[in-house]
Amino acid sequence: MPFEWILALRFLREGRMQTALIMAGTTVGVAVIIFISALMNGLQASLASRTLSTQAHVTVRVPDDAPTPVLARGDTGIIAAHIEPRVQRLRSIDQWEQVYRQVALLPHVVDVSPLTTGSGFAFRGNASKAIAIMGILPERYERIVRIGDKLTAGQFRVGPGEAVIGCELANDLGATVGDRIRILSSENRDDVFRITGVFDLGVKDLNRRWVIMAQRNAQSLLDLSGGVTHIDLTVDDIFAAESVATRIASLTGLTAESWMAVNTQLLTAFKNQTMTTRTVRVFLILIVALGIASVLVVSVVQKQREIGILRAMGTSPRRIMWVFLIQGGLVGASGALLGSGLAALMVYGASFALRQSDGSPLISGSIEPAYYLSAAAVAILTGLLAAVAPARRAAKMDPVEAIRYG
Amino acid sequence: MAEEDDILRLEAVRKAYNVATPIETEVLHGIDMALHRGEFAALIGPSGSGKSTLLHLIGLLERPTAGRILIAGREIDALDEAGMTELRGRTLGFVFQFHHLLPEFTALENVMMPTLIDQGRATRAMRERARWLLGKVGLADALDKKPSALSGGMQQRVAIARSLAMNPPLVLADEPTGNLDSHTADDIFALLREFNREEGSAFLIVTHDARLAAGCDRRIELMDGRILASPSAQA
Ligand SMILES: Nc1ncnc2c1ncn2[C@@H]1O[C@H](COP(=O)(O)OP(=O)(O)O)[C@@H](O)[C@H]1O
Ligand SMILES: [Mg+2]
Repeated sequence: MPFEWILALRFLREGRMQTALIMAGTTVGVAVIIFISALMNGLQASLASRTLSTQAHVTVRVPDDAPTPVLARGDTGIIAAHIEPRVQRLRSIDQWEQVYRQVALLPHVVDVSPLTTGSGFAFRGNASKAIAIMGILPERYERIVRIGDKLTAGQFRVGPGEAVIGCELANDLGATVGDRIRILSSENRDDVFRITGVFDLGVKDLNRRWVIMAQRNAQSLLDLSGGVTHIDLTVDDIFAAESVATRIASLTGLTAESWMAVNTQLLTAFKNQTMTTRTVRVFLILIVALGIASVLVVSVVQKQREIGILRAMGTSPRRIMWVFLIQGGLVGASGALLGSGLAALMVYGASFALRQSDGSPLISGSIEPAYYLSAAAVAILTGLLAAVAPARRAAKMDPVEAIRYG
Repeated sequence: MAEEDDILRLEAVRKAYNVATPIETEVLHGIDMALHRGEFAALIGPSGSGKSTLLHLIGLLERPTAGRILIAGREIDALDEAGMTELRGRTLGFVFQFHHLLPEFTALENVMMPTLIDQGRATRAMRERARWLLGKVGLADALDKKPSALSGGMQQRVAIARSLAMNPPLVLADEPTGNLDSHTADDIFALLREFNREEGSAFLIVTHDARLAAGCDRRIELMDGRILASPSAQA
């Protein structure tokens, strides 16, 4: 083993209490950094997956009609008197099959599902409610929103003349599985549907308004023969949704909205969490660095005589410096190792202790190796950097000072 | 005597502290002296006369304010920090009054240290020489003891063994028996003398003890930063 390492290791070993304390501090720091990152990621992933279990990652639709200026004749000629927002007509996507194929081939896109949707009313007895007509291809739509998993009654089956409705709507209409309801669309067409299932998506608005039916039924109700109004899709990386949406919009000229654009609050919450985690991490690193630096500074002062004697025996200032840099690096490295172990235990424990409302663990019991690696790199770097000032001080020490006043 | 036979030569060496400040004080006022290879010399003089300062200059731990210092024929003024470090390690051995062993290391490791510093890695030969040296100073049974487990006299023996690890042509000792009882001091001195004869190293030993100084080949007396008398044995 090289001389510098022998000295660094021995100084650490013989510095028992100081070494133990600073290693404990570094260990806890590293563990908390890893744990907090894992916790935040778990939290975000679970929040995101819960939110995204009831909506597409990206929805493609026809752009809104542009508002039209209403013209008026004045003294100076024709001017725009005011801008009148248009009543949005129900329109299907032009050549939707082509768009569908184009979108399906884009990178990140996993599942694609065409929808025909519009508004209308549901009637049963004296009760009537405003609804959203959701015409789907069940086997495709199932991959976007897992309706089958959210049923409170009946089954997810939308054959001709069958509908699956939200639990709030069922309640409002006093209807259950097997009952019939009449549906009148905004296009003034109506038909009778038998309820085959009732779902609870965990979102009140959807539970109150959604009536899911076969696409063909929706098309005839909405007078959009063969037409599709929306294309829903999922992506493999939920945080790539916005860029996928942008890509689709520029490719097709249609409006494409990602879940991020729809759920701005959630996204803001994520960003704030990430900021908080980052801030905590920076402060932890600072504290660990200050701890290592202060212990090493004390050690340099304590070893003044020994440094002097080592210099007198032919050790260059540079090598003295390395002895202390290595100590800092070693403290960081051991903190990284022990801290990773501690973090693994904490995360394992937390996977039992911290549960979501549905009883599933908030974070999974294991952490991605990348977390350990980055935490380890940060710890070693922190140790080295923290040691720079003490090491330079040691290297600059006047040997005569130490020897003369021994 | 030919100049190349001198392990050490000083010409008009001066040392001042706090240079260019109102409290500037010159401690050494022009020292001329030489030491032959293998010479065993005592440096004597009252406290504050500049003995330690002179030893630090010769030991390359400080640079003189003026004058020339040659060690083993090499002009130290021409050396940079790295050159001084190398010369310190290979040509000089040190024994200090307060032995200054490394408390984290055993007696054996302390004696290996100068060679370890020079070669960068521990070797078997290094270990064998350290063992042999410790045997010579009568500490064959204390190889693995830490300094704190040794008496003052034993620690000073370890320090002497250490100063000889690299078999240096010049050993500098600053009051090596300063805080030892007279019986132990005699033993230590005898040891230095033995190494001087057997290994051929030159010794420059600062001491207050006139009796011990009398046993040296030569006495160099320092008074208020000037050399009073230094009759060379061979002169
Ligand atoms: N760094 C320094 N700054 C100022 N004066 C010093 C310094 N080192 C030594 N001296 C002075 O130099 C003189 C000689 O000291 P020293 O060489 O230790 O004498 P000795 O070893 O003979 O007792 C003393 O007066 C001491 O105060
Ligand atoms: Mg002195």
